[in-house]
Amino acid sequence: MGVLLEHLPELWQGLIVTFQLTAASFAGAAVLGVLVCALRVSPVGVLRALGTAYVETLQNLPLLVLLVLAFFGLPEIGIKAEPLVTAIVVIAVYEAAYIGEALRSGVNSVSKGQGEAARAIGLTFGQSLRHVVLPQALRTVVQPIGNIFIATTMNTALAGAISVVDLTASAQRVNLVEAQPIPIFVGAGVAYGLIAAAAGFVTGRLERRLVILR
Amino acid sequence: MSTVLFDEPGPKARRRIRAATALGTLAAVALVALAVRQFAANGQLDAARWQPYATWPMWRYLLDGLWSTFLAAVVSAALSMAFGLALALGRVSPRAWVRGPAAAYVEVVRTIPALLLVYVVLFALPRYGLDLPLFWKLVVPLTVSNAAAYAEIFRAGINSIERGQTEAGLAVGLTRLQTMRLIVLPQAARRVLPSLVSQSVGLLKDTSLGFIVSYGELLYSGKVLAAYNGLLIQTYLVVALIYLVVNASLSKLARTLEARQPTSSVTLRRRIARA
Repeated sequence: MGVLLEHLPELWQGLIVTFQLTAASFAGAAVLGVLVCALRVSPVGVLRALGTAYVETLQNLPLLVLLVLAFFGLPEIGIKAEPLVTAIVVIAVYEAAYIGEALRSGVNSVSKGQGEAARAIGLTFGQSLRHVVLPQALRTVVQPIGNIFIATTMNTALAGAISVVDLTASAQRVNLVEAQPIPIFVGAGVAYGLIAAAAGFVTGRLERRLVILR
Repeated sequence: MSTVLFDEPGPKARRRIRAATALGTLAAVALVALAVRQFAANGQLDAARWQPYATWPMWRYLLDGLWSTFLAAVVSAALSMAFGLALALGRVSPRAWVRGPAAAYVEVVRTIPALLLVYVVLFALPRYGLDLPLFWKLVVPLTVSNAAAYAEIFRAGINSIERGQTEAGLAVGLTRLQTMRLIVLPQAARRVLPSLVSQSVGLLKDTSLGFIVSYGELLYSGKVLAAYNGLLIQTYLVVALIYLVVNASLSKLARTLEARQPTSSVTLRRRIARA
């Protein structure tokens, strides 16, 4: 326990970086994910194909490969960025594929009659999306999106591989100095667990309030 | 094309779709052109930088890495499926002292990054006299973390079997264990097969953590190769391509299996996504 308190500043700094990585990349992934979902449900064949290609590519590549490719590869073609920025962008691009798919499953779970009814009473496309389809779609995907948030938190640990000192990396560093792995790694694990528990609590509450029984 | 969002397009909508098709194609072409220009401007398209990847020794080296990836993935998948099944059975057990620990394991492990587990095996265990061979330094943490994921898949499968099946088994005089083994599990396994394959794609992706423990799987082989020939972007692009081909084939298999499912697999998938 003592070793944890002694290195609290470093570990705290790592935790802050983990928070930054998670918040920024999840926000980016949410925006990009909406776009990907829009591509995949659009009536235009080319756009659907682009969306499918995006999801297929990103979901079938290990995140670590993308991080390494971006970190070592992009400078080679003249694109240079801070490791933290690289990590945020790559994780956002990666998780967007999962968010896009979750949203799409939400849209598909709305029964066809709902959309038909909306059109039949003369709502425009935008109106039927805003008042009928999206509210139902979003409510069904609260839990899956919460799971993606937790997965994003865990995935930010990989940023350590491209020299971003997040919680996992700082725990690793403290351990190199102190050689007391058990308290340090357990401490880091507990911190991740708490983030996940908080996310689970929030999505659980949200879902109970929003759930639609079909 | 008939979804919740659209009807069959009329003449006006068809015109709009044609316009969007043209714009979309243009945007995609522009994006590719931009990437190619960026590569060319920095001399990364020179034939000399790609030529090595047209030679067999380079590919043999990478395919050796892919073989190690497979080995690690298959062993971890087998171990974590067995462990996961045991955990799932624990979670549906009628005895609280079995249910509790199984649930605790799954809930805790699911929130810990695999990389942290890798560090524990890499740095913590040797201090307590357990210095595993390199292969197991990758396989053990992957097994520990994926067992929880497989457990949730199996549990969703078991819960998806109608209660009448268990009741019928008990009614004809089978024990609880026999009912589970002979009636519930065979049906559950069939239903969750596509999800098991998808999760195995995830596990195969996780083996790239070998990059960190220096186990010679595909990504680590790429690292060694790039350090040797200095062709960073080319090497990692080829590595990415190999992962893409392998995983896309596995994902396709999962979808094929899914399409062959008789019923209710959509609800099941949703249940697994929630779990």
